[in-house]
Amino acid sequence: MSAQSKKKLYGVIAEYDNAAALYHAAEKIRDAGYTRWDVHSPFPIHGMDEAMGLGRSPIGYIVFCGGTAGLLTALGLQWFTAIFDYPLIVHGKPTNLIGTIPAFFPVMFELTILFSAFTAVFSLMLFTALPRWNHPLLGHQQFKKFSDDGFFAVIEARDPKFSLAEAEEILAAVGGKNISEVYDE
Amino acid sequence: MSEATATDLSQIPASDPPGDAARAAQFLERPALVTNKRSMHWITERVSGIVESPAPLWWWLSVLLSGSIAGFGFLCIAYQISTGVGVWGLNHPVGWAWDITNFVFWIGIGHAGTLISAILFLTRQKWRTSINRAAEAMTIFAVICAGIFPGIHVGRIWMAWFLAPIPNPNWIWPNFKSPLLWDVFAVSTYFTVSLLFWYTGLVPDLATLRDRAKNKIAKFAYGLFALGWRGGNRQWRHYEMVYLILAGISTPLVLSVHTVVSFDFATSVIPGWHTTIFPPYFVAGAIFGGFAMVLTLMIPARAIFGLHDMITQKHIDNMCKIILLTGTIVGYAYLMEFFIAWYGGNPYELSIFIKRATGDYAWYYWTMISCNVLAPQFFWSRKLRGNIFVVFAVCMAVNAGMWFERFVIIVTSISQDFLPGAWQLFHATWVDVMTFVGTIGLFLFLFLIFIRFLPMIAMSEVKGVLPEADPHHGHDSQQGVPGVTAKSEVHA
Repeated sequence: MSAQSKKKLYGVIAEYDNAAALYHAAEKIRDAGYTRWDVHSPFPIHGMDEAMGLGRSPIGYIVFCGGTAGLLTALGLQWFTAIFDYPLIVHGKPTNLIGTIPAFFPVMFELTILFSAFTAVFSLMLFTALPRWNHPLLGHQQFKKFSDDGFFAVIEARDPKFSLAEAEEILAAVGGKNISEVYDE
Repeated sequence: MSEATATDLSQIPASDPPGDAARAAQFLERPALVTNKRSMHWITERVSGIVESPAPLWWWLSVLLSGSIAGFGFLCIAYQISTGVGVWGLNHPVGWAWDITNFVFWIGIGHAGTLISAILFLTRQKWRTSINRAAEAMTIFAVICAGIFPGIHVGRIWMAWFLAPIPNPNWIWPNFKSPLLWDVFAVSTYFTVSLLFWYTGLVPDLATLRDRAKNKIAKFAYGLFALGWRGGNRQWRHYEMVYLILAGISTPLVLSVHTVVSFDFATSVIPGWHTTIFPPYFVAGAIFGGFAMVLTLMIPARAIFGLHDMITQKHIDNMCKIILLTGTIVGYAYLMEFFIAWYGGNPYELSIFIKRATGDYAWYYWTMISCNVLAPQFFWSRKLRGNIFVVFAVCMAVNAGMWFERFVIIVTSISQDFLPGAWQLFHATWVDVMTFVGTIGLFLFLFLIFIRFLPMIAMSEVKGVLPEADPHHGHDSQQGVPGVTAKSEVHA
């Protein structure tokens, strides 16, 4: 860790005992007015969005658009192939859109689901800035515990309100332990 | 049934603590999802330990055996493709037999995985967390096995591209009014969405394996697939939303898939197929057979890997109840089909149903009834649901019974339909048998690979249902004010 002193400061990390401690720490950090900070836990903590002052994820609206695109794709595909380009008379069923559309519902339904699922997963990657090969936190030895049973709060150096002393102070004031600096590589 | 009850009752004095009040309290209290007050670190160690410890001998032997069986199955498929579908026992009226039976069987198996991961998630059944990962893996492997059969049953597999919306050389497009094409879309969507859902759920656990990895290859592979996950709440809030959406869209998806599969039959005019009860009946049957397969896989896995604190008796009990419920729905469907065959006044329909129960395939029919309707009745008894051997035996019966059900539906209907002059019986050949056995080998092979390289229990989800995961947990317990008092035993 000695070599890190020459590197760029990423932020300050503090460890908390459990989910409840982290929850209360988040409330305090939120009230202190920080904007570039996050809490890390092995599982999503119920109510943490409110404790951090975060709103509802907008992904639902994006997925709605993706699903609609799937629905229209299926409708367009079936209309083009079975009605417009080469009407195929099967079982004496009609070849106009109104008469045939009930037979198109299953594929319309399936493509709505398929497009929604892809939109959801790609939105997740976009909103969480993943995939990402490396990150300052992932190089921090203590941080590795987040995926086991560690609860961490991190205030980033790029926060406009950031100063090393103040950040360390507030993290400690709300019960943070093993407070240390995280450096970018 | 009485014999099994008697043996089980004899064990009560030995295993059960006496006292009515104590027993009542024990039944009324909601059992913990993770027993023995296990810590988060214990969960990480136990689940990751399966992946990190060297592969045991039994695993190598099982992989070798199932891989060989799967390999032989592929040889059978190669023989069938190079020779023709005649190497199966198909004949003129019976153009669909084991191939489509196996297809419906495997697709059905998958449905329990999606039910656990999606429907139980939406209904906030927290007990799902310890079984959903393995059940979803089972879904994916079952759909892979299922997908083989529609591909090879067409005979000329090089024409499989006719299934895709590409015009053929006469510029004719596939027929979108056909349920067979709906099936292509339903099954491929089902596979893709199940895979996305499974992978999304895996990301936080892959991060755990990445952070624990000791050697370079593991670090690279888990690091690659964990996508750089850091478990920040700014990630979790989107993650949770996406997980909810995937659960929300998988729920109607899973119901639609077997509905569309049943349309393959129900929209035809074949007696015994042309019934409106098929969609709900198929969906219930799929969940029924799928849960039996989940238990078939999880009971040995939990014994081998010592997962009793995460896959508890409560989990087995709940799954047994779902098997009992869906088995009863399936039993109702069998009765209602028979009633409608008589009440509908169609002589062909009635004739098929009488032949099913009394004709050349009667033993298939009664095997189906015994395995699917009678066997689950054991699960009315709490004692029998608690006996792991009874549960396993019933699940094996249901696995077999659901295969027989699909055979009865498919083959009896077409072997003896309208014209007696065209009637022929179907007899399976060794290629039929070995192709099916090959897919069982493939399924087990893939499952063994899965438990070796991926966490078979969703660690992050199980940790999330522990009592101490609730941020308000400390307030109403004797552990003191959280964050101020001494560290919890978690970090000890």
